[in-house]
Amino acid sequence: MKTYDVAIIGAGVIGTSIARELSRYKLDIALIEKEVELAFGVSKSNSGIIHPGTQNPPGSLKGRLCVQGNTLIRKISKELGVDFKEVGELIVAFDEDDIKELLRLKKEAEVLGVPGLKIVDKKWLEKNEPNLNSAAVCGLYAPTAGIISPYRLVYDLAENAVRNGVKIFTNTKVININRADKYFEINTSSGLFRSRYLVNAAGLFADEISGMLGINDFKIKPRKGEEFILDKKKADLARHLIFPLPSKISKGVLIIKTADGNPMIGPTAEDIEDKEDLSTSDAGINRVLASARRLIPSINDKDIIAYFAGLRPASGDDFIIRHEETCPGFINVAGIQSPGLTASPAIAVLTANILKKNGLWLRKKIIFHAHRKKTVHLFEIQLSKTGSLIKKDHAYGDIVCRCEMISAKEISDAVRRGAKTMDGVKFRTRAQGGRCHGSFCTTRIMKILAEETQMPLIEITKRGKGSEIVKEDRVND
Amino acid sequence: MIKRGLVIVGGGPAGMAAAISAYENGVKDILLLERDQYLGGILNQCVHTGFGINYFKEILTGPEYAERFIEKVKNIPEIEVSLKSIVVSLLPDKTITFLKPGRLETIKAKAIIMATGCREKTREMVHIQGTRPSGIFSAGLAQKLINIEGLLPGKEIVVVGSGDIGLIMARRFTLEGAEVKAIIEIQKKTRGLLRNMVQCVEDFNIPVYFNHKISRIYGKDRVEKVSACKVDDNFNEIQGSLFEIKCDTILMSVGLIPENELIEMTGARIDGNKTSVPGIFMCGNCLKIYDLVDGVTEDSFLTGKLAADYIRVRHPSLQR
Ligand SMILES: Cc1cc2nc3c(=O)[nH]c(=O)nc-3n(C[C@H](O)[C@H](O)[C@H](O)COP(=O)(O)OP(=O)(O)OC[C@H]3O[C@@H](n4cnc5c(N)ncnc54)[C@H](O)[C@@H]3O)c2cc1C
Ligand SMILES: Cc1cc2nc3c(=O)[nH]c(=O)nc-3n(C[C@H](O)[C@H](O)[C@H](O)COP(=O)(O)OP(=O)(O)OC[C@H]3O[C@@H](n4cnc5c(N)ncnc54)[C@H](O)[C@@H]3O)c2cc1C
Repeated sequence: MKTYDVAIIGAGVIGTSIARELSRYKLDIALIEKEVELAFGVSKSNSGIIHPGTQNPPGSLKGRLCVQGNTLIRKISKELGVDFKEVGELIVAFDEDDIKELLRLKKEAEVLGVPGLKIVDKKWLEKNEPNLNSAAVCGLYAPTAGIISPYRLVYDLAENAVRNGVKIFTNTKVININRADKYFEINTSSGLFRSRYLVNAAGLFADEISGMLGINDFKIKPRKGEEFILDKKKADLARHLIFPLPSKISKGVLIIKTADGNPMIGPTAEDIEDKEDLSTSDAGINRVLASARRLIPSINDKDIIAYFAGLRPASGDDFIIRHEETCPGFINVAGIQSPGLTASPAIAVLTANILKKNGLWLRKKIIFHAHRKKTVHLFEIQLSKTGSLIKKDHAYGDIVCRCEMISAKEISDAVRRGAKTMDGVKFRTRAQGGRCHGSFCTTRIMKILAEETQMPLIEITKRGKGSEIVKEDRVND
Repeated sequence: MIKRGLVIVGGGPAGMAAAISAYENGVKDILLLERDQYLGGILNQCVHTGFGINYFKEILTGPEYAERFIEKVKNIPEIEVSLKSIVVSLLPDKTITFLKPGRLETIKAKAIIMATGCREKTREMVHIQGTRPSGIFSAGLAQKLINIEGLLPGKEIVVVGSGDIGLIMARRFTLEGAEVKAIIEIQKKTRGLLRNMVQCVEDFNIPVYFNHKISRIYGKDRVEKVSACKVDDNFNEIQGSLFEIKCDTILMSVGLIPENELIEMTGARIDGNKTSVPGIFMCGNCLKIYDLVDGVTEDSFLTGKLAADYIRVRHPSLQR
């Protein structure tokens, strides 16, 4: 049996970032994921914000890694061809007390090293954020805040990691782990793996993985966030990411811009018990609407086209990233709540350093393929450019998802690059993610998936076994 | 840039009737753009009967109704049909950009008729909360899956809303051997046609709950059940009325909305069959939701004539 140098459990943004970072070195790496596809955990359902680093306590690990991550992500997104847009963020004040709070936040953020912060006055707000509630008196402007597609980041990191030699195993659930003499024996739903080092990046289940090695000193408490996506038509609702100050009526519901072009409002924050409870609620939508309208009063609930909930894998107030002395070679990367997406590149570097300190020899590969060819998304490019693409490949002119303008070519490419499910296609391409919610394009996408993967239509799922789209095929059975 | 006479966007019953009417009223250069691979629009998936009672005084299926117009359109050489052609941009100066396999084209039209039809409201638009498993379909998608693809979406069905497509699909699922557990309608009475209530629901003993709504969807991977409750006049839950229905499939039939994103792009105001941009007209279900396709046809004949009148005055050279 092969012994990997490093096995990483969990292919969310943290696990894939670590895998890609380690793929610079001469190492055999296995990335192990229980779901059918990558990014099906927390990393698929978040706000997609690359935070500047504000709103973190100065001494915190998450604050430091957030500021570093905000810098590192720029290079990585360029290398991988994932769009990162620096849109800037505004934290808005409504009264004297708020202003004091803003100044406090500014000071704390400056200690952390957040660049470019400034207080902007009412006139600035009126000019630069016309839909903002006119009761706003001033704001804290953080220019380095940005947005990214969280799932496309994971897919592109993974694709690049594989190019550099990482082996990825999906549909592979870790069941128990044994620390043998020289290596870890990782027992999974698809067989035994062996590795010299083990990184736990299992998100919501990191406490369970850690427990398998007898380390039980932390618990992951899911904190639910419900988010509501608005029609692309409202893309101009806000020019920046807009944050309130936490107050009695608002728990920090934001006006978000997404990489797909849709505005989004949310998230709520509610501590729950069930790690698989991704339901949204009437209370959630009402709270989000009320809080979002305090920032932008014109928000219309008729513009809501989709919604979801995500669970922040919280354990206390900060990240837990450490080598476990009682279990040499085992690194916990746990409790990666917000701003985990932002911090992910910095977490990857930190993890590599921890591995090195604990005896893993990091020898650079002579050839590391840092760059990846950018995936084409028609909705991101000018129509004239679309025209020349169509000339090169006719299938770019064959539009499947009409609400979001996604072509048959983009969908078959997504499948060739690893999409196995309807959600996998949606996250990679955005097809089915628009205002008709797949009513028009579901059948066509099913057929492309079936054709490309040689799967019968009846086995096509939304997101893995048990979520089949249809029950019977009356023509082919 | 290629210049064209009358460009019609959408080859459903509305677009086809408008094209025929414009031709009959004297227009000679007509381009009909349809994004699908065939003409007929939504009618292609409506294999049930009940079409044409007013217009043809006959009872036809959807495809039969469409076929009569498709034949006519094919026999008029002045109407050029371009299939698999999706319009992606419309400007107030009547510049139209469309994509088709192999090329992107931008053309300038003298007049335009929008006949882009409608789409169905989704679960998200009526804000039903709970989980997001597989097994939630718009009634029209379920119709397409069964009638066109031969795929049965599920076996234990709850229909949300009593729009015509939902009623027709309730019957269809029953005929396919599935069990329709309930039709849940928030209003006091159906939104659909009386004839569909009788022929599709009562004749099959499907339980209908008026003044009820779905309050939550359950199920992790696949729909497992819904909870429903009785509502008061403000559509709020009446305490103590909550009950659950086990099911594997939910069909949404909560209304249709016009597909008007292209018109919105121009900033034009809709004013009857005309718009605030002279020479841009609208007809069929993108203008207003018709219960019966016969109404769409009549409306579109009128619009075709309006466009022809406009062309006669402004661009006499385009007259036959
Ligand atoms: C509502 C919400 C909004 C957020 N907004 C932001 C934001 O705007 N900006 C930001 O920076 N951060 C944000 N975050 C935080 C961010 O999403 C997370 O920090 C990040 O996604 C965590 O990534 P992860 O890889 O640790 O977890 P995950 O993506 O959950 O990855 C862990 C993986 O481990 C797998 N796994 C678990 N158990 C096993 C097992 N036994 N065997 C094999 N595999 C297993 C899981 O299936 C999963 O794929 C938000 C979070 C939420 C919930
Ligand atoms: C799922 C569903 C089921 C229905 N069932 C019935 C029924 O049983 N009986 C009944 O009387 N009515 C039914 N209706 C109502 C039906 O819409 C009308 O009766 C009739 O089909 C409307 O005609 P139309 O031409 O306006 O729209 P459609 O038939 O929808 O035709 C619009 C056409 O425009 C095309 N199009 C749209 N946008 C573009 C673009 N950007 N570029 C190019 N082409 C475009 C579309 O592909 C489509 O072919 C149903 C509607 C829906 C949505």
